[in-house]
Amino acid sequence: MSNNLNLKLRIWRQDGPDAPGAFLDIEADDISRDASFLEMLDTVNERLLGDDIEPVNFPHDCREGICGTCGVVINGQAHGPEKATATCQLHMRKFRDGDEITIEPWRARSFPVIKDLVVDRSPLDRIIEAGGYITAPTGSAPDANDIPVPKDVAEASMDAAACIGCGACVAACPNSAAQLFTAAKLAHLNVLPQGQPERWKRTEAMVETMEEYFGTCTNHGECHEACPKEISLDFIAFMNRDYIKAKIKNRSLASQAR
Amino acid sequence: MAQTISRSDSRGRVKPLRKRGKELPWPANLYQTAVGKKYIMALTGIGLLGFVVVHMIGNLHIYQGPLAVNDYGEALRDLGGNLVPRTFLLWTLRVGLTALFVLHIHSAWSLSRMSEASNERYQSKRNYIAANYASRTMRWTGPIILLFLLFHLADLTWGWWLGSTYVRGDIYHNVSESMGSIPVAIIYIIANVALAVHIYHGTWSLFQSLGVNNPHYNGARRGFAAGLSVLILVGNLSFPILVQTGLINENNRTTPIANSGDVLAPLSSSTVLEVGS
Repeated sequence: MSNNLNLKLRIWRQDGPDAPGAFLDIEADDISRDASFLEMLDTVNERLLGDDIEPVNFPHDCREGICGTCGVVINGQAHGPEKATATCQLHMRKFRDGDEITIEPWRARSFPVIKDLVVDRSPLDRIIEAGGYITAPTGSAPDANDIPVPKDVAEASMDAAACIGCGACVAACPNSAAQLFTAAKLAHLNVLPQGQPERWKRTEAMVETMEEYFGTCTNHGECHEACPKEISLDFIAFMNRDYIKAKIKNRSLASQAR
Repeated sequence: MAQTISRSDSRGRVKPLRKRGKELPWPANLYQTAVGKKYIMALTGIGLLGFVVVHMIGNLHIYQGPLAVNDYGEALRDLGGNLVPRTFLLWTLRVGLTALFVLHIHSAWSLSRMSEASNERYQSKRNYIAANYASRTMRWTGPIILLFLLFHLADLTWGWWLGSTYVRGDIYHNVSESMGSIPVAIIYIIANVALAVHIYHGTWSLFQSLGVNNPHYNGARRGFAAGLSVLILVGNLSFPILVQTGLINENNRTTPIANSGDVLAPLSSSTVLEVGS
């Protein structure tokens, strides 16, 4: 027991989207160093229940860093101080005894708080929806290697597809921009041969939907630092280039259709 | 996507913060979107960077003495030689530069407004990891540079506060008179530090905005930005500092001061100044 942590938590509590919120100070004693951050919150919630206080709502699902559900701002950093780590994979051994830990939800105008630490990230879904579909034959399974994909291209696509859509990039961005998310979602299709037919329509639609909800990129690089999957800023450059190309190509495609 | 929290119907969807307006014809439609505006900001930034570098290098003529720097100013007015009316190309460049400034500032202003409208403040202290001093102060260094630009024009182009001591066409005289005053020298030094900080982030950032990206060269972009801003900083700071230390000094000059209003031939027909007084 002596090895356990005694923490001072400041947790954001808010009843609903329009309710005023405030920090709740909680003394969390005797927290195991082996617990994940979410398990620490579970422990705190159990104790709150015992005291007849409503537990803190926080987003979580798979707890193995691949679903993108969890995510809170810990001491001013989205997903906390550990690089390339989602909140669920952050462990309490990264903290010291007596630490004060401030926990806030993602903040962006388009991420309204649902309750406590849970925010509505559905504007990210709107961006995905705007991307539409890719042309893929849906008959029998295609032969393996039917469409040759160079290894570097496949790797680049996989690097982009690693995005779990947690929204930490938006939360970390001083401008609340969703550039890293949108760029990753675009790049994982735009670099592949299968993604080419709708590439320019998709790029234009997704970028312009993103801009309806989010801020603008000033190339700070905070998104990349917060990203649990270390999505590269290079994808943002790639998206910017594709967007300008799309504006030109879609124009000439439209003129050919007449 | 992992948004699985059910929402009550009464609350509905998160509403867009802004709606796309009617699309203008190409290429004006590029300026209607944030990514397009950043593209324009980067392109105008390249133009302005070109101006700053050329302006700084051109000003180094002052170290060749009054004759050389005044000839340089004269050469700018005579750009194009006999092919175009005198000062025509200079004015073309000035109008072009003004257009670059207007676009650069307007895009920056409207993008900042868009970001502010999208941002929700954190209630606790933010902990920045990647954002540096330069990137977070772009919206401050920008207006400082604009104010300085107006001051600089009023100072050395229009000669507002030098008054009767301002001699049109005698760059050496005007620079040493203006920057000889300590407050003016301080203004120049502060503004040029702001300019260098602005250029450091801007130069790196423009590669991202334009999508100029290649893993082989990406590492060099920061170095290039740092090198360029240091080059401009050292070059531009040398003028007020060397005027203050006396290297650029009216008393050292061996050529006469030009006649006011005699811009066409600034140094040939003029009163002879007491040399070495």
